[in-house]
Amino acid sequence: MCLAIPGKIISIEDENGIRLGRVQFGGIMQPVSLDFVPEASLGDYVMVHVGFAIAKVNREEAERTWQALEEMGMLAGELPVDAKARSQP
Amino acid sequence: MKYLDEYRDARIVKGLLETIRRKVTRHWVLMEICGGQTHTIMRYGLDELLPPQIELVHGPGCPVCVTPASILDRAIDLAQREDITLVTYGDMLRVPGSRLDLFSAKARGADVRMVYSPLDALRIARLNPQRKVVFLAVGFETTAPANAMAVWQASRERLDNFYLLASHVLVPPAIRALVSSPENRVQGFIAPGHVCTVVGCKDYEDLVQDYNVPIVVGGFEPVDLLQAISVLVTLLEQGHPEFANEYPRSVSYRGNVEAQRILEEVFEVADQSWRGLGEIPLSGFRLREKFAAYDADKVFALNIQESDAPEVCISAEILRGLKKPTDCSAFGVACTPESPLGAPMVSSEGACSAYYQYRRHSLVTIQ
Repeated sequence: MCLAIPGKIISIEDENGIRLGRVQFGGIMQPVSLDFVPEASLGDYVMVHVGFAIAKVNREEAERTWQALEEMGMLAGELPVDAKARSQP
Repeated sequence: MKYLDEYRDARIVKGLLETIRRKVTRHWVLMEICGGQTHTIMRYGLDELLPPQIELVHGPGCPVCVTPASILDRAIDLAQREDITLVTYGDMLRVPGSRLDLFSAKARGADVRMVYSPLDALRIARLNPQRKVVFLAVGFETTAPANAMAVWQASRERLDNFYLLASHVLVPPAIRALVSSPENRVQGFIAPGHVCTVVGCKDYEDLVQDYNVPIVVGGFEPVDLLQAISVLVTLLEQGHPEFANEYPRSVSYRGNVEAQRILEEVFEVADQSWRGLGEIPLSGFRLREKFAAYDADKVFALNIQESDAPEVCISAEILRGLKKPTDCSAFGVACTPESPLGAPMVSSEGACSAYYQYRRHSLVTIQ
């Protein structure tokens, strides 16, 4: 429950005052609060924990981490879909 | 690409193992705090690849595992009320309370819903203004800012049907409790990478100063963990208890300042009860007075007594690094992930669950 999953910011909007990003994790999109990473912008990669981005990372790191988590079977508990159905971000 | 990466990793892993083998001259007991790290160690059998002088024990860093049964009892009590919807993270549903778990409460008709994010909990409250939505929020410093933000946001939106039932735990006080205990065996710690992503490194430097025990921040991949172990072994062999950050791609010295700011605004540090470890002074968070209207403990009359785990369960010793899951007579027999007796068998990050998933077959063969 302390894992963070890397994803790519596809869009950013304001929703109820929350800086809400649509973040792509493999084949799925999830709403993610970007309030803790004001430095992150469109196209950036962020580490996401329970729907909140907690750190910005570069693309290469994001892709490596995604592969590792997928291989270790650690995505399923963090995202609302079957991790096996998806490819890397 | 994937296979190339795996090949590169395998080479790095072999190199790190060789380096560690060359350096180690005596027995060292190291603890990884985080359950995610325990999972990686078991998944790749890192404990078996390491030289026999390195003993890895598994720490209390699985929030599900250390949430006291009394919190579950309170959540179940609330969930069974007519006008309440109880929402929580999926892992919490099967954690045993003293009589029931939330899953069985749901089967008996309670309105219990699983969420992946506090944002979902807020959404449920917005969409169901006629229901009182109680969010059972657990977690270490990684999760606490998100839970805090839910309360802050509810306050901003003036959502008057959202409440937090919180059980937050902090890593540094747990390390203090572990190393201060006369039974302590741990000589070096791998600090949890994503907790440090949020809180930064200062508290861990202080721990090194106070207790003369080396602490190295580690990530979650096999290479990350072996790198952290390699540095720990160097520090121990040289007699230099120091702090090092071996997960710098995610962890900065200051941590995530925005997340720290919301934590500070919403929560204050308070004494906290841990399953298996008992009460540890100033090791958790409670809502500040100005958010009392969102505090389920204050809004709803709850009177549940503390209760202990079943007698057979040795999770208290496991969480302190004194015993391994396989030392338990119930392991894999009376206690399985399908019918867990103790919380470490519930969460995929719990030590018992990780041993069950990756070790039970080899254990049967050995026996």
